[in-house]
Amino acid sequence: MEKMPKWADVVLIPLISLLLAAALSALVILAIGEDPVAAVKLMVDGALGSSYGWGYTLYYATNFMFTGLAVAVAAHAGLFNIGGEGQAMLGGLGVAVVCLFIPWPHWSLALIFAALGAGLFGAAWAAIPAYLQAKRGSHIVITTIMFNFIAAAVLNYVLVNVLRPEGSMDPATARFPEAVHLPSLHELLAPLGIAFSKSAPANVSLVVAVAACIFVWLLIWRTPLGFEIRAFGKSEAGARYAGISPIKITMIAMLISGALAGMMATNNVMGEAERLVLNSTEGAGFIGIAVALMGRNHPFGVFLAAILFGFLYQGGAELALWTKIPRELIVVIQALVILFTGALDNMVRMPLERIFLALRKETR
Amino acid sequence: MDFLTLIQVLDSTVRLATPLLLACLAGLYSERAGIFDIGLEGKMLMAAFFSAAVAAVTGNVWLGLLAGIASSLLLSGLHGLASITFRGNQLISGVAINFLAAGLTVLIAQDWFQQGGRTPSLLTSGRFGPITLPFTDSLAGVPILGPIYSELLSGHSILVYFAFLAVPATWWILYRTRFGLRLRAVGENPAAVDTAGVSVIGLRYAAVAICGVLCGIAGAYLATALQAGFVKDMTAGRGFIALAALIFAKWRPWQAMGACLLFGLLQAVALRFQNIEIGPIVVPVQVMDALPYILTVVILAGFVGKAVPPKAGGEPYVKER
Repeated sequence: MEKMPKWADVVLIPLISLLLAAALSALVILAIGEDPVAAVKLMVDGALGSSYGWGYTLYYATNFMFTGLAVAVAAHAGLFNIGGEGQAMLGGLGVAVVCLFIPWPHWSLALIFAALGAGLFGAAWAAIPAYLQAKRGSHIVITTIMFNFIAAAVLNYVLVNVLRPEGSMDPATARFPEAVHLPSLHELLAPLGIAFSKSAPANVSLVVAVAACIFVWLLIWRTPLGFEIRAFGKSEAGARYAGISPIKITMIAMLISGALAGMMATNNVMGEAERLVLNSTEGAGFIGIAVALMGRNHPFGVFLAAILFGFLYQGGAELALWTKIPRELIVVIQALVILFTGALDNMVRMPLERIFLALRKETR
Repeated sequence: MDFLTLIQVLDSTVRLATPLLLACLAGLYSERAGIFDIGLEGKMLMAAFFSAAVAAVTGNVWLGLLAGIASSLLLSGLHGLASITFRGNQLISGVAINFLAAGLTVLIAQDWFQQGGRTPSLLTSGRFGPITLPFTDSLAGVPILGPIYSELLSGHSILVYFAFLAVPATWWILYRTRFGLRLRAVGENPAAVDTAGVSVIGLRYAAVAICGVLCGIAGAYLATALQAGFVKDMTAGRGFIALAALIFAKWRPWQAMGACLLFGLLQAVALRFQNIEIGPIVVPVQVMDALPYILTVVILAGFVGKAVPPKAGGEPYVKER
């Protein structure tokens, strides 16, 4: 028998966790000597009050959808992929290689192959930890952490010694050619008669991210492979008994996860910067953890949580601009969300379960 | 490379290995008791900030050290609450603690000092100064042994000596005391410890607390001895290198010291030389940066002896009724 109805598990618990995180964040703002209500107003205004704000919110959300999905897919297989950051870094390398060395006739073709390149590089970076987990039992959390650092070193080396244009001091690639410029939401919506901010970085890769959400939903809940992934994640022994190969599922789930994290680069590298710079991921790989936890590993939940975090990021930037609250407030909020929805889940869950059990007895 | 350069590189190896060693031993207590801790980085960072902040305000480095330890202990308590009391995911809790520290330190630093997320630079009284061992001056003239004694062994801060003394102490506690035996047992088979009438929860909280104290000292060392003040993200992945060293050492104290010295040497070499030329091959500095992590992956993969973590690590203990 379920201890509580499904809606409570899916909606109520994340909501309470979010409220707890928000309340603590409000206390932090109070402690700094600012007004939390005014801060929230400023955030909403700055992130959602104009198409410029929305353009930034959706730009960040696109990043977080990719990395959130990456964490979610791995989580369904019972694997904690903390290496989204490194996989996204390598994805950027994939995008840079595709965009710099092949003369593309049109952006749409370039986008498809850049997404493939990014996915391939990201998957490759996840492949080694996956193989070591599947074949040699090395803990995937530790290996993916190590691979984040190795990725940073690799990227640093490649940008300084290989891809840096001659005469440039900046550890970054050359600008991508004009032909691979991805249309921004402004350019996409203008023909439809919708005015959208010109300077906001949200671009067509948002569509790719939404498509990825749908793809993951189909994969996890509508294919035999998805069933095997979920079965393996719920019980390895049970899955093994049902003839599911643990090695195969670990590898496939991590490859998909790495590919999704890598594909984030179509947004931040190809869509926004239009060149590969150091630290282009800006921690989005780690925010994917918070997004997946918040979204309960469901693609629709990830979609909503990604927009929430996009809002927090853009709102936080506005706060840093207009008040004396630094951007790092967002890092604190992110930490609190991870803490309450992830690690302290039982703190919220156990009392709720008791309440629902008590309610059930009364109605009988 | 001449002899004096070698001594200088080794000297900075000792300095750089110290925070790694303290954090590594911290992780050793926690993980030997079955509590995974990837929040070493966050605890160090928090302690680095509070030690520097309090030392800057009071001008007393010992008060700074205490504040650092207290702040790190607080995060340890949070980790214990999440992973022991509420039986949450220890890895996720560690991730949260790292972010909490990364955000809060800058937030509070900006609020207190308005210097862009750093503390004011510490004066001499706010720092742990070098300790000159006896006979340093008279022995300095002796060839080979003289420089080794006066340059390499003497002249470190008290925390360096503490860190290296903590290694035999940890070995003794872990392998020669009742507490150590129970600590190791609770990480391998908590049910057996419980059956023997010893509190699993109490032992695990004790281990997490020791971890907090050592991380606190590591952070204080960074901000008040190695450098003179706190800057944003100053731990720079040291908590993860310590974690790598812990795996490299297969959760044993003496080997942990060896691993930390090795990783400290890599850092010292990377700091001093940019690219290293070995004959025709040039080793780029990025390889030195990545080497601790690569070595750890190789060890984890079991190609050079297998690293087997404590058996009950990462699993919350549920008492059967």
